[in-house]
Amino acid sequence: MDSATDKPAGRKVLFMATCLCDAFFAETAKAAVEVLEHAGCEVLFPEDQTCCGQPAFNAGDFASSRKVARHTWRVFSGELPVIVPSGSCTAMCGHGNALQFEGEADLGEARDFGKRTWELCDYLVNGLGIKTWSGRYEARVALHHSCHTRGSGTGAAMKQLLSGIAGLELREFGQPEQCCGFGGTFSVTFPHISGEMGKVKLEQVLTSSPDLIVSADGSCLMHLGGLAARGGRPVRVANVAEILRDALLPAPAPAR
Amino acid sequence: MNPQPIDRYAETLARETRDSVSASAAITTEKRVDILARDFPDPDGLRRLAGQIKQHTLEHLDDYLAKAVRALRDNGVVVHFAADAEEARKLILGLLSERGVRRVVKSKSMATEEIHLNDHLAAHGIDCVETDLGEFIVQIDGDTPSHIVRPIIHKNRREIARSFEAHGLGDYDDDPETITRRARIHLRSKYMESDAGITGGNFISAESGRVVLVTNEGNARFSMAPNRLHLALIGIEKIVPRDRDLAVFLNLLARSATAQQLTVYTQFINGPRASTQPSGPEEMHVVLLDNGRSRVLATDCREILRCIRCGACQNVCPVYRQASGHAYRAVYGGPVGAVLSPLLAGERFSDLADLPKASTLCGACREVCPVDIPIPDLLLRLRARAKEEGVRTPASIPMAPFATLATSPALWRTAMTASRAMNHLPTAALPVKPLREWLKLRTLPEWRGGEFRKWMKKRKQS
Repeated sequence: MDSATDKPAGRKVLFMATCLCDAFFAETAKAAVEVLEHAGCEVLFPEDQTCCGQPAFNAGDFASSRKVARHTWRVFSGELPVIVPSGSCTAMCGHGNALQFEGEADLGEARDFGKRTWELCDYLVNGLGIKTWSGRYEARVALHHSCHTRGSGTGAAMKQLLSGIAGLELREFGQPEQCCGFGGTFSVTFPHISGEMGKVKLEQVLTSSPDLIVSADGSCLMHLGGLAARGGRPVRVANVAEILRDALLPAPAPAR
Repeated sequence: MNPQPIDRYAETLARETRDSVSASAAITTEKRVDILARDFPDPDGLRRLAGQIKQHTLEHLDDYLAKAVRALRDNGVVVHFAADAEEARKLILGLLSERGVRRVVKSKSMATEEIHLNDHLAAHGIDCVETDLGEFIVQIDGDTPSHIVRPIIHKNRREIARSFEAHGLGDYDDDPETITRRARIHLRSKYMESDAGITGGNFISAESGRVVLVTNEGNARFSMAPNRLHLALIGIEKIVPRDRDLAVFLNLLARSATAQQLTVYTQFINGPRASTQPSGPEEMHVVLLDNGRSRVLATDCREILRCIRCGACQNVCPVYRQASGHAYRAVYGGPVGAVLSPLLAGERFSDLADLPKASTLCGACREVCPVDIPIPDLLLRLRARAKEEGVRTPASIPMAPFATLATSPALWRTAMTASRAMNHLPTAALPVKPLREWLKLRTLPEWRGGEFRKWMKKRKQS
């Protein structure tokens, strides 16, 4: 991984908003841009971006997924780092593409694109070398590690950044390695299991009496928040990008 | 939308069963992490090493098989090959019949489950008694194991006490110790009455021909000691190159399976009884079982053959915890089964093509696998194979329209903005089926398509 020290401040980055932010989580995408700018980056947003292709990949329709992946790396062509406010889309651009382009002529391009693609917190800490995040955010936070950040730098980076924020208290809960049950189309093709997994996860998370659940993936939060609300026990959720941005605001004003 | 069979099964599973499977799987998962972290500075390094040793063995399986066969024969073991289940059944039945065997005791073996040995022997008048307590309970219940290591993870002691009563093993008593003692007394007489012992095998060292068996109840020992014939049915992938490799695998197997440092009994079997030994089988036969393994070896999912049958992936899997093992409609369930079972099914792949879909691809199985099998990758490859072969599984959502939309940026942007209209529609009128499914269980955030793009544009201008 690149070391932080030889990276110039004010560097340019390409921002991949993700389809979920495009459709639902405008606030997460805005926050991510502001966080990157606060970190000294110039943020470019290629207009033709759509989706990383993961839905088709998970469905086993590699041909469709490769089509979308090729579109994506053409839109994000060049040498600049691609920053994504999602661990899941980042994993798709890296490990996912490496898998589905095995034996394809453009495997090299897939790999190059994957190497440039970073999840936001991973980039801040391991790309830019930011050691702590300042600001204030009064909340007890249950940090949900989304499954697609397993083995990446994101988990530790999130923890490191959030730990620096005054007033923010990270709460531990049981079985943190367990999936929330979202799983993309799994959430609708295995509705019962997905829902039950979500309930188990919520039960664990809520034992830590958090004010909100935070994650690097809006998809997990959409599932958990949606289940909790439908179950009559609404719980606040926020993408980590929003916490990082809101911590910088003059007065504590938690989003949502 | 028709739900997937595994989802349907999970939905109808008794809550009590689900909770006991789930709780016991969770406890073992936790203990496994603790014992590995306590005993090794780098458990992941050890898992990777074990994976490499197994992968190496698989890539040179012809050589190691030949070597193992030579070593086994040098030890006085008679070696047989069985290409498939039918051949294995025939071979075993033949060996028993030739010797006039009527009563057999058997220690726990997934390979024998795979070939449905008990039923076959029973149909030919041979009484084959399971001696592992869990498998014994499965047998008297006419059930099948639902977990690789803990076949009765789906049963509670009250159910077991009821079966014992029904099978003349004493009045109803659900005290676990009483249940165990009764089974013990019952099984002791079976050992003494039997003519042959059948076991599986956890490992074979190609170097020495040692067959390694691990149990916690000592039942494999008992199955062999009083009998003149020992018959071991072992998958061809169970070979490791050298005796010293066993140190790696034995250190990982019990910790991964049951969070024990070692199983209570670990046997290294060097062949039939030697003249200097007071007891033991005069004849030892090893049946090496292929049953689809060579075919798996030729696929891009061959890593699954590294599996040492510890069940850690089943314990950690959130889907398995909800569905239990029988949901997978195969001998092997859970993450390993979702890969292995459709592959072993051969031409009947399509019957089990829904199994690889029963995963959120969360990757927890990969993190615990003692031989570092990239299970999520293999699940994806099998999903791709199903798609390529045109196998239709229930509830699959066609992705070609998505790909068209996602490669047409102008259309995409229009769709993003236009879909805001959905915010004003009642749930039942939503034009997208998956969204309606979603809303049965969850609320959906407001659709804000295009909002971020607009904000970004404005920002650039200012």
